[in-house]
Amino acid sequence: MGKQLRVDPVACAGHGACAELLPELVTLDEWGYAIVADQPVPRGLVREARRAVAGCPALALALRRVA
Amino acid sequence: MTGSLTVPNPPVTAAPPGRGGDLPRLLPASGAAPVGLRQHLDAYGALPTARSPGRLLREVAAAGLTGRGGAGFPTARKLAAAAEARPAPLVVGNGAEGEPASSKDSSLLWISPHLVLDGLQLAAEVIGSPAAVLYVRRNQRLHAGLAGAIAERAAAGIGAARVDLVQAPDRFLAGEESAVVSRLTGRPALPAYRPVRGLPRLAPGRAALVQNVETLAHLALIARYGAAWFRNAGTAAEPGTMLVTLRLADGRTSVAEVPLGTGIAGLLGLEPAAGHLAGASVPSAAGPVQAVLAGGYHGAWLPAAEAAHLLMAGAALRPLGASAGAGVLAALPADRCGLAETARVARYLALESAGQCGPCFNGLPRIAAALEHLAGPRPDHRARADLKRWAGQVTGRGACHHPDGSVRFIRSALRVFAGEAGLHEQGRCCGTDPRPFLPVPAARPASDADWS
Repeated sequence: MGKQLRVDPVACAGHGACAELLPELVTLDEWGYAIVADQPVPRGLVREARRAVAGCPALALALRRVA
Repeated sequence: MTGSLTVPNPPVTAAPPGRGGDLPRLLPASGAAPVGLRQHLDAYGALPTARSPGRLLREVAAAGLTGRGGAGFPTARKLAAAAEARPAPLVVGNGAEGEPASSKDSSLLWISPHLVLDGLQLAAEVIGSPAAVLYVRRNQRLHAGLAGAIAERAAAGIGAARVDLVQAPDRFLAGEESAVVSRLTGRPALPAYRPVRGLPRLAPGRAALVQNVETLAHLALIARYGAAWFRNAGTAAEPGTMLVTLRLADGRTSVAEVPLGTGIAGLLGLEPAAGHLAGASVPSAAGPVQAVLAGGYHGAWLPAAEAAHLLMAGAALRPLGASAGAGVLAALPADRCGLAETARVARYLALESAGQCGPCFNGLPRIAAALEHLAGPRPDHRARADLKRWAGQVTGRGACHHPDGSVRFIRSALRVFAGEAGLHEQGRCCGTDPRPFLPVPAARPASDADWS
């Protein structure tokens, strides 16, 4: 049981805050839209992940429980 | 396409005989005239009431019916989920058929409306819904015919659920499940981001059961004749029949009902010779064929020589990126440029992006432009590298499957028409007939209003 970052592609407007706050798990495509790593958030990055979720101006990022 | 269009587009041809000898099931054995209520009742008998919803559910599960709209999801599982939901979900018959290369759903709705309406009623009964919606592609004659059929049934007291007829906008994605639901709540028919699986929701606490209209017609027959009868046609793993839209190499189109697992060669009249070269075109009754498009504009191109040995079934087509899905098969004649054909459709697909997700509305137009460049003489080699990179960047990154499906189709073209791409690098092209082959609607809508 872990947590994974999910981006709502409709809400994502390419602000790029997530990639600045959490470069370990988020990169941007060449148009500036977030690409989140398809892996559970490592324990050591959960705090940063929460910060990235809170820092998204479009509220497009979420932490979801994965089995 | 406009409302003045005649229905159905293609003449309906008799299906080839299949196992079980009871074909066609959904369409009359001959002719394309609508089957009226009296004729329908004479042919199939009265609508059986779902006395025990559990029994019908078990019968559908035993029949192995899967969705005929493209995704192929097991119908019984979706029905069972809907039967458990409270309040009862709204039942929606999906006849949006946004795929320009498909006309099987509108043909079915035009010719056998009462089978679809039977299935809609049965689904509503199984899940306990007092209302149902028939969501159908924009077409005046078709809508008039369906409105008449619905009124005739209501007057005759057939079916408990009230049926509303709703017009689907003329867009490729209008039939996408979340777009259907959006349209039914009075918003534009745009796909939505749905992080949680399950039935789509019209409102908090109110789900919808969206089933393709052909799926509903099969349901109506399973309720009457049972699972064993249904399995008389098709394969053990993929039972039953399916409607296919066939586009032969000479441009003639037809809709036919065939058992799952029917050979593609027979459907398109392909005549592969022994020892045929893999890349060569294959003779057919309608002229030489170089490639076959299976599954429509989210499907995949297959070399004709390969397609000629394949069966119309998911087991055969899925590993190749194609699908039996919504039943589109098109035979590209040898005198057309496969790259130019794909580029034209890719541009259409880019314009049909709902424009909601960054990767899709940025990526698809660039991909289409790169493909148009590759379809021209002596393309810059960077176009291919750009296209490949962009294709990777849009895949899996939309709220719906539009970017994934579009990329699947375009990538298959780069594989199957690799030889053609080589010719273009030398400034040559095998296409001698510049006329477009695959259908793409002429005038594209340009405003948000076109989504509703």
